[in-house]
Amino acid sequence: MTPAINSIADLSALLARIPYAGLIGAEVRDDNGSPLFVLPFRESNIGNSLLPALHGGVIGGFLENAAVLHLMWAHEASVLPRVVDFSLDYLRAGRPQDLYARCEIVRQGRRVANVLMTAWQESETKPVATARAHFLLA
Amino acid sequence: MPDAARAVPSYFPEVMAWFEGLPQCRTLGLKHVASEAGKVTLELPFQDALIGNPETRVVHGGAVTTLIDTASGTSLFTLLPGPEAIATLDLRIDYLRPAKPDAPIYCTAECYRLTEHIAFTRATAFQNDIAKPVAYAVATFARGTSHGKEA
Repeated sequence: MTPAINSIADLSALLARIPYAGLIGAEVRDDNGSPLFVLPFRESNIGNSLLPALHGGVIGGFLENAAVLHLMWAHEASVLPRVVDFSLDYLRAGRPQDLYARCEIVRQGRRVANVLMTAWQESETKPVATARAHFLLA
Repeated sequence: MPDAARAVPSYFPEVMAWFEGLPQCRTLGLKHVASEAGKVTLELPFQDALIGNPETRVVHGGAVTTLIDTASGTSLFTLLPGPEAIATLDLRIDYLRPAKPDAPIYCTAECYRLTEHIAFTRATAFQNDIAKPVAYAVATFARGTSHGKEA
């Protein structure tokens, strides 16, 4: 069973139990009471050693993980939601520095939620990637 | 069709080895399985660190995303006249069934349309049987992005 999420600290504890989140090093911080997802830079997330740039798959995995946790935080799901589809637009190369993400639940029905995700580095107005996904709320 | 028509360019093995050596690809252990003109198959070996749900032990979609993105990107180099920088523009994935833990996931990606500036790919991720895919994806890539996409 997944414990109830009543704070960002609870969300952080849940994130710590997800092995893939640990593999890429994803974290969550309190941003005026809302979750702000952070991917501190680490060498192992590089997917282009010439630029260098973060791997597009890592950016996608970070955003998908952020959306799952955001749904848990918003109490739209009592167990980890399952991703149904995922659509990513890559807007800028992810530089070898920290990456941030925020999520917005666009609509949630009884069984399915639609979530928008945005990832950025220097400025939230210059996104590295945006994504939208549907999740099944078991 | 003569075998020569399905041959990959002579530079392909070197480019494929470069992709396999990238830090995130090494972290996931991505391995080249097979290739022919227009098509690449890669393997993602199972490891506990890929799990996205500790209760069900199902592999995280993020690891599958990296597998699909890498297979789709490398499929371009089975057709391109020489190595060049490419960038994923968009990637859309349908998750058709959960990947079983303790088993590898494969991805066969196909570059089905290559133009002067853009490449179009489709990819299937599967375990034992490609007829029962774990995920299906389509992507577009920009060609000749030597310095990435600048702000």
